[in-house]
Amino acid sequence: MSQPSHRLTRRGFIGAAAAAPVAFGVPTLLQAQARPIKVGLVHPITGFLAYSGGQCRMGAMMAIEEINAAGGIKSMGGAKLEALLGDNQAKPEVGVSVVEQMQEAGVSAYIGCFSSAVALPATQAAAKYNTPFVIDVGASDNIVNRGLRNVFRLKPGFNACVDDAIAGLGEINKAAGSAAKSAVLVHEESEFGTGTAKLLAGKLPSIGIEVREVMKHANPTRDFANLALRIRGLKPDLVVMSNYQNEYVLLARTLHQQKVDLAGMFSVLGGGFNYKFVKELPDVAQYMIDTNHWFDPTNARAQAMKKRVEAKGDLFTFEVYLAYNAVKFLADGMERAGSADKEKVNAALAASTWSDHFMPYGPTRMVNGQNTGGKAAILQASKTDIDVIWPTRFASTKAVFPKPRFS
Amino acid sequence: MSAWRVPVALLAVALAYPLVFRTNFAINFGVLVLFFAVIGQAWNIAGGFAGQLSFGHAVFFGTGAYCSTILHVKLGINPWLGLWASAAAGALVGAFIAALSFRFGLKGSYFALITLAFAEAFRILTNAVEFTGGGLGLLIPLKRSAANFQFPERIGFYYTILALAALSIAIALWLKRSRFGARLAAIRENEDAARALGIDTFREKVKIMALSGALCAAGGTFYAQYFLYIDPVVVFGADKSVEMLLVSMIGGTGTVYGPLIGAFLLTLVGEGTRALTNAQGLSLIIYGGLLIVIIAFLPNGLIDLFKLRWGRRRA
Amino acid sequence: MDATILGAAVINGLLLGGSYALVAVGLTLIYGVLHIINFAHGSMLMLAMYGVYFLLVKAQVDPYAAIPLMVVVMYAAGYGMYRALIGRFSHGKDENILLITLGLSIVLENIALFFFTGDSRNITVSYSDRMIELGPSLVPLPKLVSFGASLLLCAALAWFIARTDTGRAIRAVAKERHGARLVGIDVEKILAVSYGIGIACLGAAACLLVPMFYVAPTVGHLFVIVAFTIVVLGGMGSFLGALVGALLIGLTESLSGLFLGEALGQIGISLIFILILLFRPTGLFGGGR
Repeated sequence: MSQPSHRLTRRGFIGAAAAAPVAFGVPTLLQAQARPIKVGLVHPITGFLAYSGGQCRMGAMMAIEEINAAGGIKSMGGAKLEALLGDNQAKPEVGVSVVEQMQEAGVSAYIGCFSSAVALPATQAAAKYNTPFVIDVGASDNIVNRGLRNVFRLKPGFNACVDDAIAGLGEINKAAGSAAKSAVLVHEESEFGTGTAKLLAGKLPSIGIEVREVMKHANPTRDFANLALRIRGLKPDLVVMSNYQNEYVLLARTLHQQKVDLAGMFSVLGGGFNYKFVKELPDVAQYMIDTNHWFDPTNARAQAMKKRVEAKGDLFTFEVYLAYNAVKFLADGMERAGSADKEKVNAALAASTWSDHFMPYGPTRMVNGQNTGGKAAILQASKTDIDVIWPTRFASTKAVFPKPRFS
Repeated sequence: MSAWRVPVALLAVALAYPLVFRTNFAINFGVLVLFFAVIGQAWNIAGGFAGQLSFGHAVFFGTGAYCSTILHVKLGINPWLGLWASAAAGALVGAFIAALSFRFGLKGSYFALITLAFAEAFRILTNAVEFTGGGLGLLIPLKRSAANFQFPERIGFYYTILALAALSIAIALWLKRSRFGARLAAIRENEDAARALGIDTFREKVKIMALSGALCAAGGTFYAQYFLYIDPVVVFGADKSVEMLLVSMIGGTGTVYGPLIGAFLLTLVGEGTRALTNAQGLSLIIYGGLLIVIIAFLPNGLIDLFKLRWGRRRA
Repeated sequence: MDATILGAAVINGLLLGGSYALVAVGLTLIYGVLHIINFAHGSMLMLAMYGVYFLLVKAQVDPYAAIPLMVVVMYAAGYGMYRALIGRFSHGKDENILLITLGLSIVLENIALFFFTGDSRNITVSYSDRMIELGPSLVPLPKLVSFGASLLLCAALAWFIARTDTGRAIRAVAKERHGARLVGIDVEKILAVSYGIGIACLGAAACLLVPMFYVAPTVGHLFVIVAFTIVVLGGMGSFLGALVGALLIGLTESLSGLFLGEALGQIGISLIFILILLFRPTGLFGGGR
């Protein structure tokens, strides 16, 4: 092809076509010894959670492609990972159906499920076969607390995230001369928001922040004008939020429009806190602080992956790198187990000390299926970017806190 | 005698199914079909047989799911007993909504929308109060045993839901033959005329809504025990209400076997389209398109396919 | 409770009701003429919102300037959809229209998911954060505009139905379909026209909503159940009913949110709906049907 004058004749073409299987046949034969290992991805690809589910799938697929390109699972003769794609539609009954369908197809492990309501019955269905189930996203601590021995979660649950949020906020506030003494909590009504807010309300006083009120809102909420009004009336220094994406953005936008003066807006697992929020509504996003799953910004692989995702026109959201690292964690377990035998993989995952991730975590340490080495990061948006401000070890900049007033 | 041929044959097939198709996937598929057939039939006896269209049957479903689960989780009452309590609660809620709406003369779309409003009100209330677990939902602790309505194997669930499905079809068959059913049909066709014939339309309508509510609530308990986790959106959400009416309408509203046929086809199509493609959204585009095609060619539901065959044979 | 907060909540509620009226007014026309719940209403709104979004992002057309174009496009879409699918395949059964529109809503929503992904999008226009002081409250300009527009839209439709020939034909078909056919009205065409006009309203609604709201494949759900409620509350087919119903629902939502909290407050809508229907079983401005 290097010579432009070269023309592929008919005979030459046939010859090349005939030679191809011979040329490519050898590695195919070698690979045939190691049967592919099927990994089931159980995410909500349609419905209200479609975006998050799609992001999870993308992250998991990137990990699988990377592992295969690097030669698959070496201890198993270079066996490749093969993704089985499932759509749980964010419905428990569909999630269980997908798990059973994949079982039928000979799945060796599952990754999923984003929503806790699906993860609970889905892990339970997989437990019947003892098939390893790695939770990439799914906040409820009940998922790992039920005594199912096949369930693992690499990322911290919301209990741990709240502890990190409190520790970080305490330090940031102290450094600012205790600018915040009071807070109003605003959370969405389902399990994630309610659970987070309950923990926060209990722990905020321990860092010298009095909780003036806890406000719960519906999903979806179409209008936050009244809530903004009440917050203004309560005059808190902080608004602490836990909401899903759309309500997060709408609430932030309304508080900004209504010029509610605060020392800061702080969220725990803020659903809408991402690069697109900063890009679409920079004035609103500026100075907002979020505690979330975040990659280690000093890690070159994380930055490279971020570039790859963004080059495709996609967003590097928490779903992408959590799913990515969940697959990597699973692959490491399989590598050490040396077989796809479910008992062995479960044992390997339970004993994991994996540290090859690009999260701000230490080495993995599983207790009842929950990684206790995980940590959330605290982030702040500027008009153009998102920076890590805590833990200080990974921080790329210092917090702007309290934020400037409107007037 | 010949009237019994169809139900007996169906029952025989259903009894044998899990013995032939033994995988959990196949049994789970059977469970889902029968489950949707039960709640579809619950909708159908009110919406089809009596013509009282509802958009909010999730109110009964959720009542049942929460009733037995609260009794079980908070008071330690066995879910097998809870099943009966749920049915009673469903009947009560059904009778209450019906009595209130029909006393004030609500009809047609107005009745349909008021059931939706009740379902929404129940969802919001369940979310707001503490003893239902609020937005956290309720998790039923794992304790696998048949005595605990948590069968160690799926086949136990299969035969349980089969019993409920058989009961629901028996109710529909009875309605087709009984005077109660005839009175309901008269109400559906022309309520004023039915009243002129001396039918106490109010009472009959309340009765059928109570029956429908009880059956639907029993389905709710089954759902809770099968998945072991419920939250307000999952059981009181508009999705469930729509699924019930869809199963019934696609199969054939007001017919005995319509909900079963609809449940079978929609579950099959749902599984099939998901297996067909992995592109985001495409499976549901096909699913929705198929719905339209079915209605376009079988305006009375899938049951037409069968009627056509039998009609020809008889002729 | 502080009087300023109460006053502001009343204003917020009325403004919120205005945006509901935008969606409900088209629905009430369809409801009044076809006597059926249009399940596709939410997804058509969603498609229109994507239209407005892309017009702004790709062609720099301001959402408000896009109103005439969107109204025409959505009218054509509604008319075409009725002719090609709904009218043809319903076989004259109301129940089938319901199923077809349900099927359509699933298809449309997932087409949007397929092409535009599930991501929600927000836009900023120069006036989206401009605030107007209105008594005790600060009101974003787009909200005020949409409120005014909803009044205009209701009035325009009411005038159209009352005063034009097409309007008279629509009324005739709504009231007595067979009678209308006997006096020579092309009933199928009028049904398609009504459906088209109902959907055209969504074109305008989308232009007014996009500057203050997000766009996502499931955004239709947010407005459609509340719009159903409003239509039934107001009395099917009544524009005045839709407007009054919308303001009432907005006000109820705002005030019950204030007193009961934003989550439990949602129950206010259901309760007021149930109560009003019990005492006026055909809605506030409904006829004898």
